[in-house]
Amino acid sequence: MLSRTLTERLAFILIGLAAFATVLPIVLIVGYIVAQGLPAINWEFLSAMPRDGMRAGGIWPAIVGTVYLTLGTGVIAVPLGIAAAIYLAEYAKDNTLTRAIRLALINLAGIPSVVYGLFGLGLFVLFLRFGTSLVAGCLTLSIMTLPVIISTAEEALRAVPQSFRLVSVSLGGTKWQTIWRVVLPEALPGILTGVILGLERAAGETAPILFTAAAFFLPRLPGSIFEATMALPYHLFVISTQVPEMPIQIQYGTALVLLAFVLTMNLVATFIRSRARARRQW
Amino acid sequence: MVAPMPSTKIVIEHFSARYADGTESLRDVSLTIPAHQITALFGPAGGGKSTLLRALNRLNDLVEGVQMSGKIYLEGEDLTAPKLDVVALRRRVGMVFAQPVPLPMSIRQNVVYGLTLAGIRHAGALETAVEKSLRAAALWDEVADRLDAPATALSGGQQQRLCLARVLALEPEVILLDEPTSGLDPISTAKVEESLQTLKQQYTVIIVPHSVQQAARVADYAAFFLQGELVEAGVGKALFLSPQDKRTEDYVTGRFG
Repeated sequence: MLSRTLTERLAFILIGLAAFATVLPIVLIVGYIVAQGLPAINWEFLSAMPRDGMRAGGIWPAIVGTVYLTLGTGVIAVPLGIAAAIYLAEYAKDNTLTRAIRLALINLAGIPSVVYGLFGLGLFVLFLRFGTSLVAGCLTLSIMTLPVIISTAEEALRAVPQSFRLVSVSLGGTKWQTIWRVVLPEALPGILTGVILGLERAAGETAPILFTAAAFFLPRLPGSIFEATMALPYHLFVISTQVPEMPIQIQYGTALVLLAFVLTMNLVATFIRSRARARRQW
Repeated sequence: MVAPMPSTKIVIEHFSARYADGTESLRDVSLTIPAHQITALFGPAGGGKSTLLRALNRLNDLVEGVQMSGKIYLEGEDLTAPKLDVVALRRRVGMVFAQPVPLPMSIRQNVVYGLTLAGIRHAGALETAVEKSLRAAALWDEVADRLDAPATALSGGQQQRLCLARVLALEPEVILLDEPTSGLDPISTAKVEESLQTLKQQYTVIIVPHSVQQAARVADYAAFFLQGELVEAGVGKALFLSPQDKRTEDYVTGRFG
């Protein structure tokens, strides 16, 4: 029989270790990539076109391509996702139709990203004849991102106290006035967090753009939304597996840039959330 | 001198309400509410007082599955009509809730919220409304120098008076108060009760008081509700001093409740 103090101490150590164990891989991954990739980072690497079959030069078109893909996905998925979330949280009654919508959302979120890629290939690239292009990639990424945006936005809307809605309506507010002036502003930080987390995933995914938007090697920026583009995750895949005699620091440099891109978005989301939490006073 | 008979503001005829889960909230209630008086709807919890209050500005519309029957007339206009403009009605019949709920904005924005919903943008008009409403709610002196501070920074009593000011800004005809002082200290409660006496000159006031004592203090007219039934209604003093129904007497003398 262990003494109570000993049990207490043991529990503390085990729980502490568990917490440490979850953080450790992240620290190791980031630390390793920074250590390996940092020597490759210089102005030329960030701003020049790739040369020598991507074995030298920079990754500028891949950076720009990822920014384009992320922004394009945002333009499509954010308004659509927020509108759908408003419908589900504020208007939809609990009936068979909305239950079907929710079921679809849950299932969409669980679909492997490569399946989205194949779907995008079939619908946007081939059937709608967009070809391998920015627009096909953004649409595919949007479909993948929508469930994330919708479910976090719906949750943020539902977290707004019901009493706010009641007060607004009792003061002669219509439903839409109430949503627009009270509910949305109050839910905005939560919605933005979901939007950024969704777009972050879009920025980092390889499979959905594999067949829809990504170019193997394209040493220039896309001239229109109907052109293919390079992108960081796919570029990383290509230079890690498809190009012989690839200098390792270019691989890790590319990984570092992608990581920095995604982590920056994450930091912005965390910042928005913590600022909103500090402001909240009820 | 005999006080003139007050005119009738609201007529409730055979009104019943039932929730989706089958609980009956109100059973065949008929009641006349006089203008420019304070009418108190009192009785133990679960008597249907709040349901009746929320029928008067159609807030029950927001609760799914409430079945209502009977008629309610506000100056002859049928409030139960399905085609009624409920937004317009809610501007005529304002409501203060049990818990003060300041909207997450400044004191000033809270006061003018209803007006801006109605499309009033004129800065001068809004400015006048802010001072007038806050004065009427006995809050002006305490907040005049910090109108742009967040409303949540006010104390509970101040928040409740802000909620009253927010309703007054719309210049409604009827003010509904659902246990407006249940969360307040005695001093704040006294302030709210005091302002009611001034308000009734301009408005018809219907209050669900949070105690029999409060009902007796503020009511010109009173109606006693027990388990969804209107037991007795009449002039406040008479009802509290010599109730006609045994159940009313037992309740006001504190034998139950």
